[in-house]
Amino acid sequence: MAAKAPRISLAGSCALLLDGAQGTFSDATQELVWAVANAALTLEGVREAVPGMNNLLVLFDPLATDAHRISEQLKSLWAGVDAHTVAGTHHTIPVSYGGARGEDLAGWAAHCGMSVDETVRRHAAATYTVAAIGAMPGFPYLSGLDPRLAWARRGTPRLKVAEGAVIIGGAQAGIMPMTAPSGWHIIGHTDVKLFKAEAELPVLLGPGDKIRFTIAGMEA
Amino acid sequence: MIEILTTGLPNTVQDLGRPGHLALGVSHGGAMDRQALAIANLMLGNDPRAAGIEVALYPFRLRVDRDTAVAITGADCAVSVGGRPCPPWWATTIYAGETLLVEAPRVGARSYIAFAGGLDLPVVIGSRATDVKGGFGGLAGRGLSRGDRLALNSAECTLPAGGFGAALEERRGTTDGLAAAVDLRVLPAAEFDAFTSQAQAAFTGSEWSITNDANRMGYRLFGETLSLVSPLELLSHGIVPGTIQVPPSGQPIIQLADANTCGGYPKIATVIEADLWRLAQAPVGARLRFLPVSTQTSTEALRTILKRRHDFVAARNLMAGRLRPA
Repeated sequence: MAAKAPRISLAGSCALLLDGAQGTFSDATQELVWAVANAALTLEGVREAVPGMNNLLVLFDPLATDAHRISEQLKSLWAGVDAHTVAGTHHTIPVSYGGARGEDLAGWAAHCGMSVDETVRRHAAATYTVAAIGAMPGFPYLSGLDPRLAWARRGTPRLKVAEGAVIIGGAQAGIMPMTAPSGWHIIGHTDVKLFKAEAELPVLLGPGDKIRFTIAGMEA
Repeated sequence: MIEILTTGLPNTVQDLGRPGHLALGVSHGGAMDRQALAIANLMLGNDPRAAGIEVALYPFRLRVDRDTAVAITGADCAVSVGGRPCPPWWATTIYAGETLLVEAPRVGARSYIAFAGGLDLPVVIGSRATDVKGGFGGLAGRGLSRGDRLALNSAECTLPAGGFGAALEERRGTTDGLAAAVDLRVLPAAEFDAFTSQAQAAFTGSEWSITNDANRMGYRLFGETLSLVSPLELLSHGIVPGTIQVPPSGQPIIQLADANTCGGYPKIATVIEADLWRLAQAPVGARLRFLPVSTQTSTEALRTILKRRHDFVAARNLMAGRLRPA
């Protein structure tokens, strides 16, 4: 089935935003986003292709191409590219749930109307997909959260959430690659490092990667 | 070696940043006024991408331990080198043991100090720029502190006696927005049509002021409240420096060099790349106006800036060819 035509808008003088979202987040649309991102990088004048959630930001050199041409090229890629081209890597992330470094665990379980054990079991039972990397270096937007575990973001973001925090924001899961402000809930902690600025490959995860959380410990 | 004598944490090592890594969540970063740093480097015969210092908090003082050359551009500040007053946008020799002083701007906000050869710092993710949010690049990923020492690359740099200056056409008559509003050219963004017609009219028809909440990540503005026709829930999406978002408060935020690479607020417009330096030079309290333009105009404006840089290199090479090393 052909994907519905995306909305394409200007994002300044050197970028376009392609929005393929049809309401809520779709994994199938996201595969198309990754494939179009990879293909877009081969277009003349394109500098960067940045997958978001069911959308794609494409940066180009307006002295080498122009917004109209890129827009037409993106539309035809969206309609014609093979979406099943991204083979992700599998990662296992051990998590210490709850305790001082997972302070929202009890509140989360209460919100979900389940026991803490059941909430944690469900979180660790799912396979998550890295939909996109962004906001801060190495931060993964994870799809695949059990819908019963969703919890709307905090009204007031915390000014500091620690590196390694395992977090929940609405229907998404995430892991903090560095200490930074965040409005997501903190349910646990991992020692796996997602971002090392000096490393040859500074970011551990990439779009299309699969993640399993394992229970390394639990403290109510 | 240079030693920092007087500074504040907003002062950082910057170069032209690390574009190309947004998909890793890494901001473009780099000098807020890219043209000013590029020209400062070119004045000394450096690669325009060499690392220098961005000064946003004054006064700023440093001392050098060997003879070298510096160029100071950006804001219009009282500058002295070894006690000798130095005009704005000037390149000059500085001798071992002398102090460079940059005082608070008369006009503008950010000053750039380039050094012959550039600052000798490791390249991290393609750049020497400080990313304070990520804690990497520059000097240990942080702002400059008193007592910090930075090494310089060695370089030959021959300047005319007394130095020389640069004057850029587009900087002539620049205001800092306190006397008269700063005009910023914009292109409409994805959600422009989702705003009420009153909001659209107020956006371009009224003035905005820069609040205290203004830094390298972005500026929060104060002005009329901009409303959507109906509430919007957007999925996270990539954004570029210059993006003007409108959070539920209705007061816009302009995202800048160190902004998060993804956002979720509705976007009314984007400041064109060729005008981002005007924002870099607009201090807290400055008034802004947004002028809608076409993509043709924004592309022409970019072409003009690049041509200016090209012409500048040609002029400097011509001058250097007439100088004899002392």
